Amino acid sequence: MAKITIYIENKPYLVDDDLTILEAAKICGYNIPSLCTYKKGRCSLASCRVCLVKVEGERRLVPSCAYPVRDGMKISISDPSAVIARRTSVELLLSNHYYNCQACRKNGQCELLEVARRVGARPEVYVGEKTPTTYDDVAPGLIRDTSKCILCGRCIEACKDAQGIGILGFENRGFKTIVSPAGNRSFNNVPCIQCGQCTLVCPTGALMEHSEIEKLDEAFKEGKYVIVQTAPAVRTALGEEFGDPIGTNSRGKMVAALHRLGFYRVFDTNFGADLTICEEANEFVHRVITKTPGPMITSCSPGWVNYCEYYYPELLPHLSTCKSPHEMVGAIIKSYYAEKHNIDRSQICVVSIMPCTAKKYEKERDGNKVDGIADVDVVLTTRELAQIIKRSGINWEKLPSEEFDDDLIGDYSGAGVIFGVTGGVMEAALRTAYYILTSNELEPIEFTPCRGLEGIKEASLKILGNTYNVAMASGMKNAKILLDEIKEGKSKYDFIEIMGCPGGCINGGGQPYVTPLFLPKEEDNILDTYVAKRAKVLYEEDRNRKVRRSHLNPDIKKLYEDYLCEYGSKKAHKLLHTFYNPSRERYPDLKIGE
Amino acid sequence: MHLRKEAVDIIVNICNKYKNEPSPLMLVLSETQKEYGYIPIEVQEIISKELNIPVSDIYGVVTFYSFFSLKPKGRYVIGVCLGTACYVKGSQNILDKFSELLKIKPGQTSEDGLFTLDALRCIGACGIAPAISINGKVYPKVTLSQVQQIIDEYRKKDKEG
Repeated sequence: MAKITIYIENKPYLVDDDLTILEAAKICGYNIPSLCTYKKGRCSLASCRVCLVKVEGERRLVPSCAYPVRDGMKISISDPSAVIARRTSVELLLSNHYYNCQACRKNGQCELLEVARRVGARPEVYVGEKTPTTYDDVAPGLIRDTSKCILCGRCIEACKDAQGIGILGFENRGFKTIVSPAGNRSFNNVPCIQCGQCTLVCPTGALMEHSEIEKLDEAFKEGKYVIVQTAPAVRTALGEEFGDPIGTNSRGKMVAALHRLGFYRVFDTNFGADLTICEEANEFVHRVITKTPGPMITSCSPGWVNYCEYYYPELLPHLSTCKSPHEMVGAIIKSYYAEKHNIDRSQICVVSIMPCTAKKYEKERDGNKVDGIADVDVVLTTRELAQIIKRSGINWEKLPSEEFDDDLIGDYSGAGVIFGVTGGVMEAALRTAYYILTSNELEPIEFTPCRGLEGIKEASLKILGNTYNVAMASGMKNAKILLDEIKEGKSKYDFIEIMGCPGGCINGGGQPYVTPLFLPKEEDNILDTYVAKRAKVLYEEDRNRKVRRSHLNPDIKKLYEDYLCEYGSKKAHKLLHTFYNPSRERYPDLKIGE
Repeated sequence: MHLRKEAVDIIVNICNKYKNEPSPLMLVLSETQKEYGYIPIEVQEIISKELNIPVSDIYGVVTFYSFFSLKPKGRYVIGVCLGTACYVKGSQNILDKFSELLKIKPGQTSEDGLFTLDALRCIGACGIAPAISINGKVYPKVTLSQVQQIIDEYRKKDKEG
């Protein structure tokens, strides 16, 4: 990589020679308006023309997102022709847009609106026919509103290239072009895993989580015991919604806010994570003892479970039957907790704050009901939690730090905390599996081969003279590699952890948006570093917990002593385990195979 | 809709034939359109699996090119050219006349499955504008009064088998 000199507004700058004008300008201190800065600023389409600049010697203005720098290049961003061209590009995008920003949930975080403001776009300059629109809110996890879509294609890239699935694509041509699942179907009628990675990159409100805030309001109105639990990943990012730097642990403030929002009890899903570990490690040990062939695979990520059902149904027997942690907490609240406090279980509303859109779907599964009553009633994303905190007038800055409620299921271990990051479930499970197999504790407690944000990691651990190979994958594109190995009988692993989203839950589809446009105080390469910053929060919290092994969590011990008896007991199975659908239809509306 | 095994075999064979080409999708789709008559999503699913290309990509291509069809086409596909030269020579009126007489809109197929009406972009026959093509046969300088005649001709042809 060589250094070259470029000139922006006649000022010389020394930059690397492998950058686009957009990237180089950013490093030099110029933010060119653009709608494709989702990764690095290299645009595959260069079709929106929002980032046009003047380059001396070029006959026409050039899109800075796709134009490489070269030595001696003279660039002008503020040349009048470029300024007006950029404004016109945005005005043309707006000509096919519906002006209902006041009522749009993306307002305040909408990149299109911000870019329009920056280029000084005038309202309704070009008025005419608009492309027919579709609104899909059938799927429990995601909504799609094409009236807000600007056809930038970022979601297609996220779904196809980052996740390796390819549900979304361009359809039709010219004026009728839309971005949609094949045949303009609902997300419910295609093999979409509802991971929500597309919502993280959408610059407008065209793709968002399916909001359940109204459901929550309803539960409060009915006077139910509304009990809330929060996933570990939520605390790593909630503060971002209120201007905290990325990588701030907002546990204390989050709990304080939830107390002020009127919840009956505030619990940590980490208790459920500890419970999951006990059951899952026990399941693993059982597989080891009975010499069941092939790896066991974790089942806490609903996006991954969806993927397995749609794309690898033959591998479902490898999945752990454990429910995901928040479902376990829900089931325990509506049984153990309700019985101990003598509360009618139908009067309880369990609310889960999750970094995830697929969890909204997960709670509707038949396998996550006990005696016909769903374990969890409402799932809100981290973003939705921020929204209800804002709506209730709570000043985030002035919130004190409070602790989770200590009421039967309030304690959690450090092992539960790291569930939120790729490799965390494995590390936590090994701590407990080692204990079950040997009656000794695993030392050192931090098993570093599980850490790091690589798409696929592997490790091996010697227990009682036997070596166990484990692997961890996050993101479906990486998981696919491990799954194909199992299918071909080439897998050497005994235990595999799979997370639906790249990096794990901390980068889940329900987490706050990381949009450089709105984060002037973060580093230039924040899109490459934010996941690691959030991961650090969890590893730090693990280190600072007194109890760091799930099986030593005093509330878990008590739960088994008083109620569930032993790991994998009949009662534990009824409450904490689920089942899968090996013949899930990919296109339910088509009735293929009738 | 359930695909018969023979149909699946046809499509799998087509995929195998072009699998090793550098860019097989267009070749596979063209031949599928020819052999199978149309490319519904069930067929796209098979192609997706065989070529390892997401269905959304295939769907995008199928809906981009008017040559591909998601629905079965009629026995006779009437293409009316709306390219510049034909349009200037009044081909829109020809299209409307077909539409009126067959009681279908452009892109639709008549109930008896006999005719599909398509509006085409330039078919490269500007010298004989306005031109139409029916199953590849080109009719030059079509006049409004000829439209009924042409339809009758094909109805008769169909009856004679």
